[in-house]
Amino acid sequence: MTIAEIAKILDANIITGHDLADHNIDIAFASDLMSDVLTLKDDNVLLITGLANLQTLRTAEMSDIHCIVFARNKKVSPEMQQLAEENDITVLECRYSVFRTCGILYQAGISPIF
Amino acid sequence: MHFEYQIEGGNFTRAGFASSEIKKMLKQLNVDLGIIKRTVVATYEAEVNVVAHAYSGTIYVDVDEEKIIIKLVDEGPGIENIDEAMKEGYSTASSKVREMGFGAGMGLPNMKKNADELKISSEVGKGTTVEIRMMFG
Repeated sequence: MTIAEIAKILDANIITGHDLADHNIDIAFASDLMSDVLTLKDDNVLLITGLANLQTLRTAEMSDIHCIVFARNKKVSPEMQQLAEENDITVLECRYSVFRTCGILYQAGISPIF
Repeated sequence: MHFEYQIEGGNFTRAGFASSEIKKMLKQLNVDLGIIKRTVVATYEAEVNVVAHAYSGTIYVDVDEEKIIIKLVDEGPGIENIDEAMKEGYSTASSKVREMGFGAGMGLPNMKKNADELKISSEVGKGTTVEIRMMFG
């Protein structure tokens, strides 16, 4: 599923990485604990989180995660936006809860890592 | 090749900056992407630990044709019991660190999983040295 399609079904706004919206994503992981995200071995994972700070972006950068959905209506700060742009990370803002976001994506065919 | 980066204790805005620079440098050197990921995940965990627990620190990076050696030397409270600190779930992190998405006692075990070799030495009241060794072969 492309990032553009993900944004559409989540009624989410693409904040950074509009030019990467045709990029395909098949698997996702949801966590507010960045230590858990850093244990993932898979690449090209979609991260769903309600933790909105610079370390979320840094964790994505180190873990080769190229797309983040900030759920629970969390907002991306200008500093976060800049870091996302520097690292080609597509960032989406979504007003749905993490549970609802995951449910919609799972139903649409996005697979869990485990 | 030798590189050095400074880490400021308590400054979460800059936490990860050095690891990010190391990642860019390893990419420029055409290091295998899997090795880069393991290297920077282990280094980032260590860098966050310095920011979370120490007053200041320095990262020394040495790369040659066979290996990458990353040494993080900090000035800080040190670790009283390293064996205990290596156990998953053991943490002395502050609420500020937990708010950032860390402090679940997973950093040191994850560094061990990602590094080819991990050495930790510490002196209470002085500081901690972490050495991450990655082999290309």
